[in-house]
Amino acid sequence: MCVCVCVCVCVCVCVCVCVCVCVCVCVHFYLNCNNMKYMRSPPTPEMATQEVPLNETLAHLKTESETLKSKLEEERAKLHDVELHQVAEKVEGLGQFVMKTRRTLKGHGNKVLCMDWCKDKRRIVSSSQDGKVIVWDAFTTNKEHAVTMPCTWVMACAYAPSGCAVACGGLDNKCSVYPLSLDKNENLAAKKKSVAMHTNYLSACSFTNSDMQILTSSGDGTCALWDVESGQLLQSFHGHAADVLCLDLAPSETGNTFVSGGCDKKANVWDMRSGQCIQSFETHESDINSVRYYPSGDAFASGSDDATCRLYDLRADREVAIYSKDSIIFGVSSVDFSLSGRLLFGGYNDYTINVWDVLKGTRVSILFGHENRVSTLRVSPDGTAFCTGSWDHTLRIWA
Amino acid sequence: MTINTLAKGGCHREQMACFRKMEKVIVAMQDPDMGMKMRNQRLLITVIPHAMTGHDIIAWLTHKYRISEEESLHLGNMLVKYGYIYPLKEPRCLVLRPDESPYRFQTPYFWTSTRWPASELDYAIYLAKKNIRKQGELMEYEKERYSLLHKRINHTWDFVVMQAREQLRASKQRRKADRIVLECQEQAYWLINRPPPGVNNVLDTGLERPNNFSCRVTLNSDYYKREIEACRKALGRNRVKSSICLEGFLKYSEQYLNHDPIMQGCLPSNPWISDDTAHWTMNAEIVPVPTRLRVERWSFSFMELLNDAMGRREFMTYLEKEFSAENLYFWQACEDIRHGESSKIVEKVEDIYKNFLAPGAARWVNIDSKTMDKTLEGIKRPHRFVMDDAQMHIYFLMKKDSYPRYLKSDLYKNMLAKAIVPQETKKSVFPFMRRQRHSSPSPAQTATQAAEEEGLAKGAGANSAAGSHF
Repeated sequence: MCVCVCVCVCVCVCVCVCVCVCVCVCVHFYLNCNNMKYMRSPPTPEMATQEVPLNETLAHLKTESETLKSKLEEERAKLHDVELHQVAEKVEGLGQFVMKTRRTLKGHGNKVLCMDWCKDKRRIVSSSQDGKVIVWDAFTTNKEHAVTMPCTWVMACAYAPSGCAVACGGLDNKCSVYPLSLDKNENLAAKKKSVAMHTNYLSACSFTNSDMQILTSSGDGTCALWDVESGQLLQSFHGHAADVLCLDLAPSETGNTFVSGGCDKKANVWDMRSGQCIQSFETHESDINSVRYYPSGDAFASGSDDATCRLYDLRADREVAIYSKDSIIFGVSSVDFSLSGRLLFGGYNDYTINVWDVLKGTRVSILFGHENRVSTLRVSPDGTAFCTGSWDHTLRIWA
Repeated sequence: MTINTLAKGGCHREQMACFRKMEKVIVAMQDPDMGMKMRNQRLLITVIPHAMTGHDIIAWLTHKYRISEEESLHLGNMLVKYGYIYPLKEPRCLVLRPDESPYRFQTPYFWTSTRWPASELDYAIYLAKKNIRKQGELMEYEKERYSLLHKRINHTWDFVVMQAREQLRASKQRRKADRIVLECQEQAYWLINRPPPGVNNVLDTGLERPNNFSCRVTLNSDYYKREIEACRKALGRNRVKSSICLEGFLKYSEQYLNHDPIMQGCLPSNPWISDDTAHWTMNAEIVPVPTRLRVERWSFSFMELLNDAMGRREFMTYLEKEFSAENLYFWQACEDIRHGESSKIVEKVEDIYKNFLAPGAARWVNIDSKTMDKTLEGIKRPHRFVMDDAQMHIYFLMKKDSYPRYLKSDLYKNMLAKAIVPQETKKSVFPFMRRQRHSSPSPAQTATQAAEEEGLAKGAGANSAAGSHF
C-alpha cells in the first residue's frame, strides 16, 4: 500500500515586479509492503485506519516472514560468484578407492543406534535399541564394559574426553553419565549420574572440551548445555520448530559455537554463551539426521532423509555444495569428514556407505557390507579409520 | 511406548519420499521407448507375459544410472525388497538374482504406498482365501496369525469369509495365466507388509518422529515475529564472497593431505590394516622424539600447536626463554575455568586474579587497560565467562607475536630436524603370520594411576585434574 502525501508550499514575493516563487514540495511517505519497519509510528487519524482482525495479522506476518526469507536468499546469492566444483577443477582427481571392513564388532542384541570414539583412537562406545551400552576396544574387538540402561532406544552416546566416562540417553528423556570403573565386578549402573532432563527423547549428546559439560539435543525441539557435576542447566537453545536430531561442536579457536539439525529441515548455528541462534540454513527437503563440522570449522556438512548431503559455508552464509545422485534413493543417517576434509562419508538407509569428494562434488566410492540400515558413522580421532553402526546389530571398522 | 504406530491417513514422511523415488525408477523402467525389453517367460506349462530376467534388470540400471553392476544389483535388490518387482520362480524369496530368473513388475494397485497402511481386514481376507483355496495349507506363522486375527476381529468374521469366497469365485472366471499373476502379486504384497518371522521388516522405520508442528511449536504470531527478527539480523550480516571462501577449502585439504591416513596412508602402517600399533605408539601424547608430520602440523595454525600436548610443552619452553610464559599459563588457567566444574569457578577466578592480574602479581599479564578494567569489574561477580575477553586478548597476542617467532626459532627448527620419519612397513613382510592384537591400557586406568601418583607427590588435598570425579 503506497500512501502519497503531497505538500505544496507556495511562496509569493512581491518586489516591484511581481515575482512568484512557488515551491512545491512533494513528500512521499512510503510504506513498503516488502519491508515493513516496525519502527513506524502508530497510524495517525489522517491515515486510513482499519480494524485488522487477528487472523489477518497472522497472515501478514507469515507473508512478511516469507518475503524476508526470499530476500535473504537473494542477498546470499549476490556474493556467490563461483561454484565449489568450478574452483576445484584445478585439483587432482581422486584415484581408485579401496576401503574394507577391518573389524566387525558383534555383541549387541538389537539395532545399533549410536557410537562415539575415545580420544585414544581405538576404543569406542556404542548404544542400541535394547538399552545396552557397550564400550569396546575396537582394535582387539574385546568388550570392556557393558551397561543396561533402564530404557530402550538409546539413541545418543558419547565418550568423555578423558576416557574415564561415557554419557548416554534416549527414550528416558535424560542424559546419564557413567564413570568407567576398572573393577570388572563393579556394577557400572550403581555410579550413574543423571545430568540432563528433557521433555522428550534424547537424540544426541556430546561432551564439550572437558568431562564437565555436556551438550544435548532432544525431540522436544531444544538443545541444552549442562554442568555434569551439579546437573544444572547452564544454557538452553530454542529456535527449532520440531524435533532436534543431531548436533556437533565447532573446532574453532574460541570454541563457542555448535550446529544442530532437526525435523524442521533447518540447520542452526548457536552461540553457547548467549543461547542465541547466530545463523540458520534451510535448504534440505526433509529431516536433517546428521550434522558435522568441516575440520577447519569454516563449514559444516549435513545428511538428510531427502537422500542428499549438503555443505554449508559459514562465512559465505550459504549452501555451497549438494552431494546427490539419481541412483541414491534412501536417506542419509550420518555423515563425517576424513581428517583433511577432502572426503565426506555418508551412512545411508539402504545399508550402504557412499564416499564423496567434497571439493569436486562427485561420488568416489560405494561400500557394501551391512545387512540393514547404517544408523551411525564416525571417523576416528586420528583419521586412520571410520566406524559404522547398523540396524543389523553390528559395528564395522573400515580402513 | 508404542513404536511405529501409523494411523490411517497419516504416513511416515521419510518412507513416502523413498517410495516416490523408487516409483519414478519403476515407471522409467517401464517406459515404452527407454524402458526395459520384456518378453514372455515360461513357468512350467504356463506362459507369463511382460516379464524380465534378473540379468535384464541389472543391465538396465547399470546403463541408466552409469553405475557399477554391484551397485545395480544392490539397487535392484531394494526394488524387490520393497515390492516393486517380484520374483516368479521362488516367490517367497525376495532377492534379485543376477541371472535368467524371471521377474515381474508389481501392479500399482499393490504398491505399498498405494494401500498404506496395510489393513488387518485385508490381511484376514487374504489368509481366509488361502485357507479355503489350498484346503488349509497355510504356513505355520500364517496359521498363528490367522487364529490371532480370528480372535481379534471375530465380530466381522462372517464378512471376512464372505469376501474371501466372493474374490475366489471371481478369480475362477479369469484365465489361468491372469489368475496366477494376480496370486503372485497379492502374495508379494503380503510378504512385504506382513513379513514372515525372521525376515527384516523393510517397512520398519524405527522411532516415530512426531513432526507435528502444532504439538511442538505453535505457528502463532510470536513464532513469525521471531522468524522475521532472525531474518532481519541475518540480512545485516557481513558475508564473504564465495570465491574466497571456497579457495579456503582447497588450501586446507591440500595442506592436510599428507596427514590424512585414509587419503595417503600413514607410516609405518595403518594399525587397522596391518594389526601393528607402531603408528599409535609413535604418536602417543608424550614421546621422546615426535614424528616429522606431527611437528610440521604445529606450523599449520596456532590451535594445532596448542592442541598437541607436546607442542604446547615446547611452546612453553620457548616462552620461558622469552620471559613471556605467563601468557600461556594465564590462557591455560582461563581454559580451566571455562571448561571446569561450576563449583570451582569462584575459587579459580580468585587464583587467577592473585597470580596474573593483581598489581605486583608473580605472573602479571599485559592486558590493555580497557580489557583489564572490564575484567576486574567482572571479577566482582565471577562467572564462567568472566575471563573471556582477557583470555581472547592474550590468545591473539601469542598468536600474532610469539607463535610466528617460535616457528622461526632454533628450538622449533631443531625439533623438526630431529623428528623421525618412520619406515613404511609393507604388509607382505608378514605374509603368513597373523599378528597378535595386543590390548592397551584403558584411559580410565592410566588416568587413575596418574592421579594416584600425583596425589602421592603432592601429598594430601591434591587436586587431581585427570582422576575420576564421581
